[in-house]
Parts: sequence; structure tokens; C-alpha cells
Amino acid sequence: MHVTPSGLSVPGTSRRTLLRGMGGAAALGAGIPLLSACGGSGTAADPKTVTVGSNASDAVPKKAFADIYAAFTKDSGLKVDVNTKDHNTFQEQINSYLQGTPDDVFHWFAGYRMQFFAAKGLATPIDDVWKSIEGNFPDAMKKLSKGEDGKYYFVPLYTYPWALFYRKSVFQEKGYEVPTTWDQLVALCKQMQKDGLVPIAFGDKDAWPAMGTFDQLNFRANGYDFHVELMAGKASWTDAKVRKVFDLWTEILPYHQDGAVGRTWQDAAQTLASKKAGMYLLGTFVGQQFTNEADREDLDFFAFPEIDPAYGQDTVEAPTDGFMLSKAKKNHEGAVKLLEYLGTPAAEEIYLKSDPNVVAASTKADTSSYSALQKKAYEMISGAKSLTQFMDRDSRPDFTSTVMQPALQKFIRDPKQVDSILSSIERQKKTIFASS
Amino acid sequence: MTNADTTIEKSGNPEEAAVPPPGSAHVPAKKVPQGHKRLLTKRDRLTLSLMAGLPTILHIALVWVTALASILLAFTTWDGIGFASITWVGLDNFKELFTNNPQFWPAVEHNVVWFVVLILIPTPLGLFLAVQLDKNIRFSRVYQTAFFLPVVLSMAVIGFVWQLVYNPDTGLINSLIGANEPGKYIDWIGDPDLNLWAILIAASWRHTGYMMILYLAGLKGVDPALREASALDGAGEWQTFKNVVFPTLRPTNTIVLVVTIIEALRAFDLVFVFNKGAEGTELLSILVTNNIIGESSRIGYGSAIAVVLLVISLAVIIPYLIATFRKERRA
Repeated sequence: MHVTPSGLSVPGTSRRTLLRGMGGAAALGAGIPLLSACGGSGTAADPKTVTVGSNASDAVPKKAFADIYAAFTKDSGLKVDVNTKDHNTFQEQINSYLQGTPDDVFHWFAGYRMQFFAAKGLATPIDDVWKSIEGNFPDAMKKLSKGEDGKYYFVPLYTYPWALFYRKSVFQEKGYEVPTTWDQLVALCKQMQKDGLVPIAFGDKDAWPAMGTFDQLNFRANGYDFHVELMAGKASWTDAKVRKVFDLWTEILPYHQDGAVGRTWQDAAQTLASKKAGMYLLGTFVGQQFTNEADREDLDFFAFPEIDPAYGQDTVEAPTDGFMLSKAKKNHEGAVKLLEYLGTPAAEEIYLKSDPNVVAASTKADTSSYSALQKKAYEMISGAKSLTQFMDRDSRPDFTSTVMQPALQKFIRDPKQVDSILSSIERQKKTIFASS
Repeated sequence: MTNADTTIEKSGNPEEAAVPPPGSAHVPAKKVPQGHKRLLTKRDRLTLSLMAGLPTILHIALVWVTALASILLAFTTWDGIGFASITWVGLDNFKELFTNNPQFWPAVEHNVVWFVVLILIPTPLGLFLAVQLDKNIRFSRVYQTAFFLPVVLSMAVIGFVWQLVYNPDTGLINSLIGANEPGKYIDWIGDPDLNLWAILIAASWRHTGYMMILYLAGLKGVDPALREASALDGAGEWQTFKNVVFPTLRPTNTIVLVVTIIEALRAFDLVFVFNKGAEGTELLSILVTNNIIGESSRIGYGSAIAVVLLVISLAVIIPYLIATFRKERRA
């Protein structure tokens, strides 16, 4: 130890040592993340293993995917290492996940949400995979799987349509007919109200179900192309076409279950299950709320009625889930093999065995084991001229979550304010779509 | 301290040692090197640098660097993907926030309402309960536990529980008053005229217990002699409380004020679980989260909201610190 004659210099030394210590500790602190970052990307990949990032955290789909991967391993000899995260967490962390050290293959959605990561260079094009699976899919699915640059980035696995659900027994008992035009729908709503039913069950506490209603009204009244333009931020929200959608909505809003903003979709589904409501606009996953087998068989649906004859019922909202290839893949060859397998009817059939609420994305998959509801959903989707994904999958998530969700909740509560709501949406949209 | 010890040994008289003799000023100066040598061995210095250095580094990295980064990011737009995509936009985020965001001003208002309600309702109620429990009534411990229990629960749990109570279809309240029929719905969760108050009841339910414990601790510190004296002077119970006990609770009141301001500014979890900050319950903290976390990744814009929250916090903290320091200087 440094002994000085002057008492004052001793604290000086110790201060310096302290600083040195701090510097060292700082270097140490800074070094740890750097080292781990290097370690992450630098590890040699095992050519026999493909890693998969999964959001299938619920027991049923988790098991279904495990079955698919087991079948793949049997087929190819490649091991699949699955990294499952909670569904919502996976979605919320997707940005940092894809920038860090993502798995080779990851679960994701078709539509804008897929194209966004493709355009950011966080996904790898998979035209090579599609060479072998192209024949398995209809044109609408092919369109959904391409990025803005025209290359393939996505392998679809399953899909499900949005439609108006009802109970066959209720319609039979009261002598209701399935409406095919707007006027018939309005007349049916009036009749149901007279009969003491809630015409259309509705719960928008989670803020996304209202987006489904908007989508249906929009592409029925204005067509698929306008839906795409509007979602891409090109068309204006103050356009007369958009205003028309909200006018139509205002017309049927009184027939929706009131107090919707405080009700979850599950509770709304219960009103349909308990025969208190006549219809419910939702995806086929509404079936999850029908736990009783007899109720389940009583459940049926029809496509949202025609509004403008020019567009008829040619568009179906069918959110599609599938897989993408990350940019930091460690085992490209193995990942391609896995994606090729996931694009086969065999993989889809394994998945569908466990989840009866969805249908296969491929037209080649065996439909003989489908339930009546699945068969109908399948026909609806394969007969569609255009498929949409859902507002929050077809548009920027920052726009839909921070602007559209609160705006639609506001409209549902107070439809008279539609003009100020729409001009506010348009103003906010401009800044969001102008950035990046 | 070593110096003091040696002085005591030498003089053998503690009273003298307490006041060092005027001539002794040189003596410690000679002994300083020796003393420090003994105080700070190599190992001591290492320990000291680790103990002082690591927290300092963590503090700087986790508090100052992040706060400054967030202030800087408030003047940019960034989608969170790669540092190259950060673009400087000047005051645009703030302009957008103040003029275009329909949720911003309601959020500021709700944070203020939150504070005012917490100060006006649960705080006096907590004080009242504390005063009652301080009287050593029977089962005092049981009451204390019962009132304090909500404070132990996490806010998320409280939000979940109350959300079940307020559920429009199956909730306790609507079922009891028969408001769960079509046409008669009372939408506690979705109606913007009701939902903030519904949540504030839940928040107050918890805050009352918190305030009660703080005041109870304060009351235990009140000198019983004071009460006795005021009783001898013929003061009634209310007069004693108003003129004698309450003024001595001043330090507790300061803590209560600070705690309540913090609670009002950081209010988040309860509302997020309750209805995700839908219309009527927007809060600044929820706007920050909605913009930054999740897929939306409007990091620049979210940071701008966070900066507004920071400025509001500073506007509250700085006068408080100035007052405290002034008091210390006077003392």
C-alpha cells in the first residue's frame, strides 16, 4: 500500500482506487451483455436440429404442434427444438425477438404484419420452399404469403372465417330465415327485438371485436380493393365511403347488445349460447365457448349479407396463421425442410385433429373428418374471391392499437360523434403513416 | 472513531473527551495517516469501491441513462428496429400529442382526478380508522388486519377482483340491483361517465388501508403526555385531536402527501387489468405502455408522453425538495 507523508493524499489515492474500481466494474458490466450477444450469434448450429419459436402456449394447440414436429422428425431425422412463449407475450416481444437471436422458424400471421417484418429485413424469403408446396394452396393463400416485393415469406397452416353465428334451433323455432341482403338483416333484427331477443350479441371490452364488424361492413359496401387501400393508409378516413360504413353501422347499432364496451367476447358468446341473443358476428373460435356437445351441434353461421350488389359476398375475412423463416437462421437447410413439411396437407391434418374450430389453409388437406361447421367454413373460404386478414393484421399495428381501437369504442358508445371521430382518426393516421 | 477512543483512554474522563480541548487540534492531524491506514486496507478499499461503485453504476445506467435516453427519444420517431431507423423530428411528437391525440388531455385530467380523490376520500377515512384503532378498542388487531389486507394484494389482483364485481352481465352489483337485463344495463366498466369512479372506488378501498397504517404509526408516536395535558385543560376529544394530535402528525402528513402523489402518477396496473384504459379511464402511464410496449412500437411518441409524465413528477417533487432543504438549513 502506498504510504504518503501527507494525510491528505491518502484519501486521494483511495478516491482514485475507487474510481478505478468503478471503471473496472463499468467495463465488466458493459462487457457482459456484449459477450453474451457474441455468444448468441456465434454458436455453431447443430445441423441435425431446427429451432422453432412458438406462440402456441395453450395446451391444445401446443400438443397439436408437438405432434406435427414428432411426425416431421420421424420423416426427416431432424430434431425440432421448440421454444414456446405465452401467446400475448410472444406478440408483444416480437420486435426485439426478431432482432436478437430468434429461432430458425417462428409462428406468425399472414397479412401486413408479415409483410412488415419482411420489408424490415427480419425475415428470409422462402421462394425455394414454395417451389415444392405451391400446388397445395389456392391462389388466395399464395397472395397472402407474399411480401411487398413479390417474394414468398410465409407458409400458411390454418385459417378460420368471420361470419354471423346463430343457433339453428332458435331460427327454426321462431321461423327466421337466413338474411342475404342488408334489408333482410335489418328486418330480422327488428323481428328478433320484438321477440325479446338481443338481435346481435356484442362485447368490445378487448377492443378488437368492433374491428371485425367494421371490416365486414366496409368490404361489403366498398369492396376488397377499398379495404386494402384504407388499411394501407392510402384512402382517407374522411372519405364519403368510410362515412357510409359508419352510417350503416349506426343503423344496426341499436340492435347490438348494449353495454358492449364493458363486456368481453366470451361473455357475449355466452348470451348466444344461452339463446338470449339471436346472432353474433365473430370468428369460428366462438365455438370454444360452446362447451356442451349438443349446443355445439346447434351452432351454425352464415356470411355477412350483401350490401352493394357490385361486391356481393365475394370477400371473406379469414385470418391465417402459419410460419416464417427468421433472418438469423442457424440451420437454413433444416429450416427449409421443416417449412416444406409444414406446407403439406399431412401436417395440416395432424393439427386439425386437435382444433376443430379452424380449417386447413391447403386445398389438398383431407376434409372427410371435418365437422359440418368446418366443411361450411372451408367452402366459404375456398369460394371467396378475396381474403382479408382482419383490421389489425392488414394494417399497421401501431395505428390499429393506439388509434382505431379507442376510436371504435367511442363510436359504439356514442355514434352521433362519428364526424369528429373520423376526422381525428384521419389526422392521427397521417402522422403515423408518415413516420418510417 | 479511533481518535476519540485514544482521547478517552488518555484523559480517562468521558466528559472532557466529549468537548475536545482547544489545543488538541494538532494531535489528530498527526494521527490521521495511521488511522486511515488502519481504516482502509486494500481489501477495505475494494469492498468500498464495490459497495459504492456498483450501486452507482447501476443507478446511473438504470435511472439516469434511461431517463436521458427517453428524453432524447421523445424528439425522434423510432419503430424499435435497428438504431439506423431513429429519425430526429424535433417537437413534432409533442405537437401531435397536445393537438391531435384525443386521449392525451383526458389522461392528464384523470391522473389529477385520481390524486384529488385519493386525498379527499381514502386519506381522511384512513386517518379516521387509525384514530379509532388507536383507542385500543377490542379486536383492534383484527380490524387492522382486515383494513390492511387490500394493501397486501397486488394491484393486478385488485383490478381482477373488482372487474368481476362490476361485470355488466354476471357481476355482483348488476345482479343484485337487476341491471343485467337488456335495456337496463349499467356499464360500470365501459361507460366513460362511470368507469373512472368505479375504478377509484377500488383504488380507494386499497388506499384507505395504506393510509390507516401510516397514520396509525404516526399516532403511536404522539406523546401521551400531550393528550393528558389537553384533557386537563378541559379540551374535548375533537378539540384535542384538532389542536394537539393532528399538528404533531405533520411528518406523517408529509409522507401521506408524497405517497398519494406517487400513487396518482404511477396508477396503472389496476386500470390496465380493469379495462385496459378504455375511454373514460385513460391514464398517462397507460398511454406510454400502449405506444411503446407491444407491436405498436411508437417509441419516440411514447417517450414524449413519458417525458410529460416526468415533467409533472418534477413539478411536484422540486417544490417539495426545496421546502425540505430550506427547513433543514433553518434547523
